[in-house]
Amino acid sequence: MAKVFERTNGLTDKAFHYCPGCTHGIIHRLVGEVLEELDVLGEAVGVAPVGCSVFAYDYFNCDMHEAAHGRAPAVATGVKRVNPENVVFTYQGDGDLASIGAAEIVHAAARGENITTIFVNNAIYGMTGGQMAPTTLIGQKATTSPYGRDEKLTGKPIKVSEMLSTLDGAKFVERVSVHNAANIRKTKKAIKKAFELQLSGEGFGIVEILSTCPTNWGLTPLESLKWLEENMLPYYPLGNLRTPKEVE
Amino acid sequence: MAKVLMKGNEAIGAAAIKAGCHYFFGYPITPQNEIPEYMSRELPKVDGVFLQAESEVAAINMVYGAAGAGARVMTSSSSPGIALKQEGISYIAGAELPCVIVNIVRGGPGLGGIQPAQSDYYQATRGGGNGDYRHIVYAPSTLQETVDLVMESFDVAEQYRIPVMVVGDGMIGQMMEPVEFKKPKERPLAEKTWATTGTKGKRKPNIINSLFIDPQELEDHVHKLERKHEEIKKNETRFEEYNVEDADVVCVAYGTTSRIVKNAIKKCEEDGLKVGLIRPITLWPFPESAFDKITDKTKGLLAVEMSTGQMIDDVKIAIKGKKPVYFHGRTGGMVPNPTDIENEIRKIAGGEK
Amino acid sequence: MQERVVIAGFGGQGVMSMGQLLTYAGMIENKHVSWLPSYGPEMRGGTANCNVMVSDDPIGSPIVTEATTAVVMNLPSLYKFEDDVVKDGHLLINSSLIEEEANRDDVGVYYIPANEIAVELGNAKVANMVMLGAYLELTKIVKVESVIEALKKVFGESKAHLIPLNEKALAKGAEEVK
Repeated sequence: MAKVFERTNGLTDKAFHYCPGCTHGIIHRLVGEVLEELDVLGEAVGVAPVGCSVFAYDYFNCDMHEAAHGRAPAVATGVKRVNPENVVFTYQGDGDLASIGAAEIVHAAARGENITTIFVNNAIYGMTGGQMAPTTLIGQKATTSPYGRDEKLTGKPIKVSEMLSTLDGAKFVERVSVHNAANIRKTKKAIKKAFELQLSGEGFGIVEILSTCPTNWGLTPLESLKWLEENMLPYYPLGNLRTPKEVE
Repeated sequence: MAKVLMKGNEAIGAAAIKAGCHYFFGYPITPQNEIPEYMSRELPKVDGVFLQAESEVAAINMVYGAAGAGARVMTSSSSPGIALKQEGISYIAGAELPCVIVNIVRGGPGLGGIQPAQSDYYQATRGGGNGDYRHIVYAPSTLQETVDLVMESFDVAEQYRIPVMVVGDGMIGQMMEPVEFKKPKERPLAEKTWATTGTKGKRKPNIINSLFIDPQELEDHVHKLERKHEEIKKNETRFEEYNVEDADVVCVAYGTTSRIVKNAIKKCEEDGLKVGLIRPITLWPFPESAFDKITDKTKGLLAVEMSTGQMIDDVKIAIKGKKPVYFHGRTGGMVPNPTDIENEIRKIAGGEK
Repeated sequence: MQERVVIAGFGGQGVMSMGQLLTYAGMIENKHVSWLPSYGPEMRGGTANCNVMVSDDPIGSPIVTEATTAVVMNLPSLYKFEDDVVKDGHLLINSSLIEEEANRDDVGVYYIPANEIAVELGNAKVANMVMLGAYLELTKIVKVESVIEALKKVFGESKAHLIPLNEKALAKGAEEVK
């Protein structure tokens, strides 16, 4: 019988610790597949965040560097500046990137740091137990917004892609989602493009991926996909916000 | 090589580059700005990278990344900036990476002032960051010693895979003295097989990490660090001693303060007093063995610091309660006056204290 | 022998470079030297000063507390440092800008119209060199030639043409206290 599917060599054999229905697993695989397809696993250095994907260093089959909460873009900067021939990426969640690491991501983008950021936005802090994130939607309940996020108290959710796309150094900015097969394919395409642009030395690239958190949203995996589609897509519209002219 | 007259901060930069440091990440803060300024001017000439980070926090994390990638890397700052860097320092210590951190200390707490101080002794030696870690702390007292120690710091950091901090103060940073750049002694430096430079398909992935979620694993890791710390204590503790045996009074001071104490000692000697000095060159490890030479004849010890008394804790630990330990200090950027120190020494010698 | 010198004046009067030259010259003569500036906001328009040590023996504190000489270029500096000079030390006063007389009678006080002399030489900027010339004549702590050698190193090729003017200023200053 012909083999129609196999694990990517971009990931190690280590079993994921992610909750059932969590889309981190899909995103990990997409990144692993892209690194393998581009034949850059031997050059790749990934920087893992603090949050649900804190153990990313055990999953990607390449050199990995664990960073402090929010600091992955700074660590990646250090790695890339020392060895520009390495393919350097950060893998960060919304608390890590949009809250405590807001300064690091903005300035990495502003400098046009030639790295790729995989930004997983599931509108909540997962690892610490479902607290409100900067990306939590208005009215969305979290363990630190038990009555629903109140704009008067905490403002509106940050649209990271829109914000970063105002910076000239951010050469590639695209928001995608993994709530269905079609969008998963689009996500992989965006990730691949972002890495290709790093390889051609374009500068900073970020792929914001809308993702689910069934455990902390208190929904089943299927309900979560639907919730993402109905609630996150209207506030976080999908699409490309920046691509270098010559590759459009 | 001939001597050159240099400002302390610039001499630190020059020493780092001569030691093969080609990467510097920093953020402006007085009184150490001449270090990043010098590096921004000189590093491009050796194909190195100077990058002004968005904050001290980012700067130390860039150092973390660069150190992980196998580079000789340095950052510098002053007290409040070093406080911000503690996060990264703890991670770097935990992940066992080499790097050099320079603190040109200014008065505190808070924004404090910009004049010379030694009020970061606790921060430097007790670990301003979280967790069970130590790092080497050098406290030079002259510019020649500063460049010697900065150059050696990179080797020491790599030999033990540990952050090394060089602590100066505004005076060390701003003053000029002749310096000569000399190659430090050869050390056994292993190849950096652990660096995240890409597997090139030839080895298993390297992981730079300080997370050990299993408590047994973390305990094992911390014990490993501890064994390393013991090794450093044995091999790298440094101090200068002067007339300690049978002295009437033994002074303990480091950095620029020790130079002022030397003036006071000279004055006391003119009157026939025998005054000793222990000058820790490493603040961690603290030179406890230097205190073994103190004899019954000594009436007491005098710790002199530009703080309200921080190193004095280590002096008390080292003397094991055998002698009274007195303190004289100025703080906030005020510098002790040799005459005041002299008076303190005389009081102790004369049994007034 | 140890010279402990305070040099003070307004920012822009060349007090820092005067101290550096003296330090440099000391180094050229293989003496122990140090130069310690005041720094921070006081440098912005207020009084600037530096401490210079030139010594046959290793230098302890680089801070001058008992000055063998004070060179004061403006009135606030006279007020600030007059009392720091040890008995039989030297107090060099820039009389172009300081009309008051010193209160000390136990030190050698020298009034030198440094700005006027500098202007006569054609460049007001060399007032500091006039003072340095006077200081060297009084103390002989380093040779004038060593200062010239230091100047050459500090100036480099582009400013080498300024050496003769500086040389003249040093000589004029020396004449004032002979």
